[in-house]
Amino acid sequence: MKKIQILGTGCPTCCKMYDAVRELVAQQGVEAQGVVVEKITDVQQMMQMGVMSVPALVVDGKVLFSGRGATRDELKGLLGIA
Amino acid sequence: MNPQPSCCGASRAAVPPSAARRRALTVTAALLGLALWWPVYRSLDPLAAWLSFGLFGLDPQSHLGEAVRFFLYDGPKVLMLLVVIVFFVGVLRSFFTPEATRRVLAGRRRGVGNVLAAGLGVLTPFCSCSAVPLFVGFVTAGVPLGVTFSFLIAAPMVNEVALALLFGLFGWRVALFYAGFGLGVAIVAGWIIGRLNLERWLQPWVRQQLSMASAAGDSPHRSWAERLGFGRSAVRDIVGKVWVWVLVGVGLGAVIHGWVPEDFMIRVMGRDVWWSVPLAVLLGVPMYTNAAGVVPVIQALTAKGAALGTALAFMMSVIALSLPEMLILRKVLTWRLLAVFVAVVAAGILGVGWLFNALI
Repeated sequence: MKKIQILGTGCPTCCKMYDAVRELVAQQGVEAQGVVVEKITDVQQMMQMGVMSVPALVVDGKVLFSGRGATRDELKGLLGIA
Repeated sequence: MNPQPSCCGASRAAVPPSAARRRALTVTAALLGLALWWPVYRSLDPLAAWLSFGLFGLDPQSHLGEAVRFFLYDGPKVLMLLVVIVFFVGVLRSFFTPEATRRVLAGRRRGVGNVLAAGLGVLTPFCSCSAVPLFVGFVTAGVPLGVTFSFLIAAPMVNEVALALLFGLFGWRVALFYAGFGLGVAIVAGWIIGRLNLERWLQPWVRQQLSMASAAGDSPHRSWAERLGFGRSAVRDIVGKVWVWVLVGVGLGAVIHGWVPEDFMIRVMGRDVWWSVPLAVLLGVPMYTNAAGVVPVIQALTAKGAALGTALAFMMSVIALSLPEMLILRKVLTWRLLAVFVAVVAAGILGVGWLFNALI
């Protein structure tokens, strides 16, 4: 269904965003069946996706947010969670 | 109180009332904050004096009295400056993205490219964790190696925290000089590295990337609400991380102010002590702290006789030649190229330090 990827190089900001997204998705419970949350640290993959500033949030191949850690509210809005 | 449930079909704005109210509150709070900022800022000096000598009853001539007054004045002063400057720079940076910068710099001639890259390095939002993807992204898009380096040198060195603190503790002239010299070092060092044609000293996997095309990223369109959000997050992230260091630095500065005798530093860090500049640069390499901790200490040292050029060289060295950053760059540069990078930047900083000592 939905594929959520968080791009980061391992710094604390990137890890925090990954954890926050995982938490938000888990909170959705049943509605989140089939949603995959992936963390990408390989720079070559980032290049292929056209992302240079991390952390970045990519949903179904589309880059929704990049450059800094998003707040919980921003993440909720981007992921379509109330 | 209206006992009946509200009508959902009414012609209300698309934004739910709670979010609109919250936004109105934040805007009001921000405007209020801005309006109050200046009068509060102006009153810090007399307030600090009154607190230390009036309320706490300390002797103005004593070591403790002087130290406490310094801390109570400079601590809040620096923090207030930080909040304002970080916010505005955050909003300013929301207009720039690495993707757009890359497009501007791709294929640029050296010289012009170096100048542009240094300037954009200051304005483009850049987190040090993006150093590797950004570096690879730039060189694979056709940004010349030297131009990329100008960007990478300018970005951490001429940062808003350093400028805010220099402005607050030394005045606008020193802040301007620092920015100018920082950009100068970035431009010249990047240009020199570019002239040396050291692409062959990049890590092999990066050189492989050079032969493959990379996808052009999209620059997202941003609303004003998002831009202000950038400013707010910047304050939360940066000031939130840095305020402890500021207080530690100001505390140390206060101790130096109160207890170190005047002209003490002249012997070691004075203007005529030519070897103090290279020593300062060397000392800066293994150290990593952000500008927040260093500037207040430098201010106190210069008040006791240390030469400003030496102090600024030390600061540039700490920020631009930090060991952690070099370890990150190791992923894309071989030892040789990294050594050249460090040598050229260190030479630039040395030059700036000596020049400053000679001029000021």
